[in-house]
Amino acid sequence: MSVASARRRQALSRFWKDFGRQRTGVVGLAILVGAAVLAVIAPLFIDESVTNVVTAGGPKMAPPSLDYPFGTDESGRSILLMVWWGSRTSLLIGFLAALVSMLIGTVLGIAAGHFRGWISAVILRVTDWFLVLPSLVTALVLAAIMGGSTFTIIMAIGVTTWPSTARLIRAQTLAVEARPYIERSKALGAGHWHVTTRHVLPNVAPLLLASTTLEVASAIVTESTLAFLGVSANKTSWGTMLRGSYDWGAATAGAWWYILIPGLCIVAVVMAFTLCGRALEAVLNPRLRKAGA
Amino acid sequence: MTAPLEAVEPAATQAAGPAGDDRPARRGILRYALSKAGGALFSIAMVIVGTFFLFRLLPGDPVRALAQGRNMTPEQLDLERRKLGLDQPLINQFFDFVGDTLRFDFGMSYEYKRPVLDLIGDRIGATLLLAGVGLAVAVSLGIWQGMRAGWRHGSRFDKFSTGTSLVLWSVPTFWLGLLLLLVFGAYFKIFPSRGIQSVDAPDGFAYVLDVAHHMVLPVITLVGVVYAQYLLVMRSSLLDEVGQDYVTTARAKGLRDDDVRRRHAVPNALLPTVTLVFMRVGFVVGGAVTVETIFSWPGLGQLFYEAVRVPDFTLMQGTFMLITVAVIIMNTLADVVYHILDPRVRSA
Repeated sequence: MSVASARRRQALSRFWKDFGRQRTGVVGLAILVGAAVLAVIAPLFIDESVTNVVTAGGPKMAPPSLDYPFGTDESGRSILLMVWWGSRTSLLIGFLAALVSMLIGTVLGIAAGHFRGWISAVILRVTDWFLVLPSLVTALVLAAIMGGSTFTIIMAIGVTTWPSTARLIRAQTLAVEARPYIERSKALGAGHWHVTTRHVLPNVAPLLLASTTLEVASAIVTESTLAFLGVSANKTSWGTMLRGSYDWGAATAGAWWYILIPGLCIVAVVMAFTLCGRALEAVLNPRLRKAGA
Repeated sequence: MTAPLEAVEPAATQAAGPAGDDRPARRGILRYALSKAGGALFSIAMVIVGTFFLFRLLPGDPVRALAQGRNMTPEQLDLERRKLGLDQPLINQFFDFVGDTLRFDFGMSYEYKRPVLDLIGDRIGATLLLAGVGLAVAVSLGIWQGMRAGWRHGSRFDKFSTGTSLVLWSVPTFWLGLLLLLVFGAYFKIFPSRGIQSVDAPDGFAYVLDVAHHMVLPVITLVGVVYAQYLLVMRSSLLDEVGQDYVTTARAKGLRDDDVRRRHAVPNALLPTVTLVFMRVGFVVGGAVTVETIFSWPGLGQLFYEAVRVPDFTLMQGTFMLITVAVIIMNTLADVVYHILDPRVRSA
């Protein structure tokens, strides 16, 4: 066991060294850590009252000033504080939705790759079916039917985005299971559970990490789009802020700060996740590494 | 989101029947097309069944949900229930639903008091126009830029175009639309910000120009978010070709660089990209819903959005099924066409 753990530690440090060479990935990671820390410490400085229209004291629709660095919205709430508080909802939903999607995708992907016969055939059929469903439209219908809450939004995004993960994991599982040591393990009496959790899962885990990182980015975009289209968890998020700006007609009124700030937050975080995910892929995928991508 | 990063992997390679590889090519194609059509029919059936149960999952009483806000006596509610067939056993409701759907009878919209099919018929033209023009622009732009970027791999053009497309890819569709509205609709006032035509729309050729004028911002929004994936896939599939022996041979023959690219490398690289156009059509549909909402484009996407907002479940159900079935058919066609065009997949 200690031999294995030492080897794992070594692999991890090598991985860090490789990742450190991906400059854009490091930048992305820095932005992510910054955003996550800000979201976590937000309750130490502000609370939900910054999103309350009744207690908002500022001037209405004021452009950025010293008191309100990012301006105010139609009820006099500070855009800066709302963006800060809203980051909690946006990031939380992004992370959890990606987690749900990854869990479903991994379990079904490994099952489809590990088992033969009808189990694999049925899972593949279902995966292909979900893959062709237009995901945004389906998520809208799901969220509209189940009613808006944080949980339903997370489920609606998770349930519509897992198929690509499942396909990826299945392909990797097939590749891993073709290796001789799996045969050896089976010959020694390993069952399905042992093979999938002890041999397949650790081998697909790095790939899973990269694809989950990218998935979080897309979940954040989907959450904001759903919120913009009127299906939200009734909590302030970057998407609901943009919805508010649209309802109020901020675009035609020229209130650029109301549109620009929440949108830039989304783009920054999404880009950071994308850069990280691509750097991870480049480190983990030897074919890409050789190409110097 | 992960779309442009993963390699194009048409379902063709793994869904093909176990036998039939060694048969004459044409029969193989027919067989393949039939099996794909069967799969598509199965998927469509699943959509219909899934929709039925999904919309029966509505929490509470659907009639109450439909009649929300309006004062209704218990007798009126009962009447509504009977009209919707909700007093029937679930199994009867199911067969009624399937029968109606197969006859394209999607029921009456609560919001508009008109058959859902009529509403769809009114709106579908605008969507086809917007999505068609948007797709055509996105595909040509993406392929052209991807071609140049991939051929001059690592050049300044490559870095610039790949960078731009990645940034646009990270931008939510609706935010790009809002920005365009802000800059071109409100600040410069060059383009109209909503609708498909002016209130006092002129006739004849001037009408066409008027619609085209209204289309500029929606099309740019749709293209901005969609074209990145075409660029990236075209670029990476051209990169795969650049190192091939036949490209070296073509160069050794003394062909000009342009000819090697145009006549040899690009046709081979084009195939996965063209397939992708159809494979990702569901993504374009999602974009269309958002774009139509922002610019009040009177299309199917806006109709669907209104159904979600009200919520008008009959209308939502009908548009959802139509959109999904259209996407399934497009995907299947892409699969089969890819199979016909690319002998490499056929013999694999």
